[in-house]
Amino acid sequence: MIQPVLLWTDALIFVLLVVVLVFAWVARGREHLRAPWREVVRSRIAVASLVVLGVYTVTGLLDSVHYRKALPTQDGQQETQYSGDVLSLLDTLLGPLRTQEEKTYSAPFATQLYAKETVSGPDGTQTRMFPRLKYGGAHLSDPASQKGADIARRSALALAEAVAVLLLLYGLLGLRLARKWRRSWRAAMGTIASGKAEVPWRTALLTLAVFVLLITLMINLSAAYHVLGTDKVGQDVLYQTIKSIRTGLVIGTLTTLVMLPFAVFLGMMAGYFRGWVDDVIQYLYTTLNSIPGVLLIAAAVLMMQVYMANHPELFETMAERADLRLLFLCLILGITSWTGLCRLLRGETLKLRELDYVQAADAFGVSKSSILLRHLLPNLMHLVMIAVVIDFSGLVLAEAVLSYVGVGVDPTTQSWGNMINRARLEMAREPMVWWSLLAAFSFMFVLVLAANLFSDAVRDAFDPRLRAQR
Amino acid sequence: MFAYIIRRALYAIPILVGVNLLTFVLFFVVNSPDDVARMHLGMKRVTPEAIEKWKEEHGYSRPLLYNADASGTGKLTETIFYDKSVRLFAFDFGSSDAGRDIGEDISQRMWPSLAIALPTLLIGLLVNISFSMLLAFFRGTYLDLSGVMLCVVLMSISGLFYIIGGQYLFSKLLHLVPVSGYEPGLQAWRFILLPVVIGVFSGIGSSSRWYRTIFLEEINRDYVRTARAKGLPEVRLLFRHVLKNALVPILTGIVVVLPLLFMGSLIMESFFGIPGLGSYTIEAIQTQDFAIVRAMVFLGSVLYILGLLLTDISYTLVDPRIRLS
Repeated sequence: MIQPVLLWTDALIFVLLVVVLVFAWVARGREHLRAPWREVVRSRIAVASLVVLGVYTVTGLLDSVHYRKALPTQDGQQETQYSGDVLSLLDTLLGPLRTQEEKTYSAPFATQLYAKETVSGPDGTQTRMFPRLKYGGAHLSDPASQKGADIARRSALALAEAVAVLLLLYGLLGLRLARKWRRSWRAAMGTIASGKAEVPWRTALLTLAVFVLLITLMINLSAAYHVLGTDKVGQDVLYQTIKSIRTGLVIGTLTTLVMLPFAVFLGMMAGYFRGWVDDVIQYLYTTLNSIPGVLLIAAAVLMMQVYMANHPELFETMAERADLRLLFLCLILGITSWTGLCRLLRGETLKLRELDYVQAADAFGVSKSSILLRHLLPNLMHLVMIAVVIDFSGLVLAEAVLSYVGVGVDPTTQSWGNMINRARLEMAREPMVWWSLLAAFSFMFVLVLAANLFSDAVRDAFDPRLRAQR
Repeated sequence: MFAYIIRRALYAIPILVGVNLLTFVLFFVVNSPDDVARMHLGMKRVTPEAIEKWKEEHGYSRPLLYNADASGTGKLTETIFYDKSVRLFAFDFGSSDAGRDIGEDISQRMWPSLAIALPTLLIGLLVNISFSMLLAFFRGTYLDLSGVMLCVVLMSISGLFYIIGGQYLFSKLLHLVPVSGYEPGLQAWRFILLPVVIGVFSGIGSSSRWYRTIFLEEINRDYVRTARAKGLPEVRLLFRHVLKNALVPILTGIVVVLPLLFMGSLIMESFFGIPGLGSYTIEAIQTQDFAIVRAMVFLGSVLYILGLLLTDISYTLVDPRIRLS
């Protein structure tokens, strides 16, 4: 028996997903909305980064379906009690990764702990040695001689699986495109492989191939080893980094969701109505903008901490508390970051309102609200779109810095910032513990790089000024 | 010109009032001083007397906005708002929750901050301009393309990585500079060197890419084409004409951050143990010393507004076409 749990950020993520899907559905039928996107997916770099972002998003979405497991019923107990641990679908999929905890640090692919311990033998003698791990390589009788062969065998199996999955995907894609292009399956497959299709499907498949291989490797190897080692309390580092994906995505997307209404509404109002409305809104964003960002965020988060410490009754489980803190962080980041886009939209509205078509609508007696919504808003959307994708990568990076400063997500939330923060002192250890840092930095790097490359492609396609240059 | 500066300075006053009100609301209305006291005392040994005592010691015992017990102007001045917020306008920061004089701390700690931030800015400017000019010179070639890709990659790496990696490489492995610490006077260069190098390096990605677009915009202008048509060599063209004109947006963009250099960098200073204002702020955040955070928020806004003012003035200085209206 399970009890579904809907955390606040989960709900908002799914709302966002629905909004994106609705937008995609609407855009399908309208040529002027489709055209820039078609240009985006023609670029090979954009398609490759889209695949990367897609893999991260799916992981994040799987991690956003939460539930609580029922505890075994005691005798004479009528009601089922639910465990305090809130799990997600991803936790279930990752299975052994979450539960196989060691005692303390162990290096990637290690079979022994990283530190010497005193172990007392059966005859009472005490020896200093590296004890074997509980799970990492536990099936090997003599790790030193068998480990290499075992890893090679498992990797070969993973490679075979990955090739099988890819051939299947390739075939299915061929079928789908053969139907669309009204050509034979064989011809469609050839076009994909030659890389001459309008959408660079070959690039997409190759990027996906990397991820499929990584995932099959992970499945095969992590059943028996800690691929990225374990941290101080013996938790698998790979598990932590994968769980951190959701936090990064939530901060990158929900912040924008919070920021957009402020920026769009106020920016348009200021630009269209001018006069005192403009003065008030300009005053508002100049004031907010003049406080250095990190300090304003720090001040707001500190105050939120005081509030949460004084009202512990509001949160039922630890997960809910951590989740609300994450949501508050998004709110605060959103409130501090809408000023830039607002100023941009104000300027653009000022320009647009003088154009003939808006003047004509005004002369025909079209109401102000419908001028704003029907005539101005659609012509501002490209700025909004560009701002959203550009802000995303900055926010993911900001999370790490804020968590380091101590004003980021809750310490119990898995996030790259928290991992780096915890691992920072481990660099000073002898011998050094490097794998937590490396894992967090590389997962973050891949996401941010993909987001940056994608945002470049989006900006090139949407910005009319850049379009005119070509 | 003088009247313009005065007018701009007067315009800053309502913004400062706004910042002040905002911090007041954030620090005293969202959570009452009672809540803050409870937080500082810890959850266990909280009695109403202990809270009153804590508030008395730290000067939070007065009413927030209106003191009905006082007489005359005291009704307004003997309040937390007057004590803690209005006084900031006179740069009277009061004492921190730990009992130290904040104004004194700031005046001591801003010099180490400046010692790191100023060289980082200047060297960074030099490196970024040279690099982006190189890219602009080889525009459209594979060198340019790989340079831009390099910029995107450098941009995508977390700033924390540069610090942690740099510290590990140069201090722990190569033992070139001390890991962290600071020493006033001329000996400081050993401690400053690594933070400056890392600061410059972590800024290359985004700045160079931005400067490159500025250079390209300038290169595509008519006067450049004319000069080229008249037979000016490309290198001379770039240094004589393009650089001079491209520096206008670059330098005026820098002016706004000049006053903020005093505030230092939060992360850099705390990693390298530099006793500047950045690490001061971080320590205050981590020990939840709200008085210091409040003072830094106000100081930061004052410096930023000063930066805006300087930007406006520098625009009018470098570009005579801009009217002082």
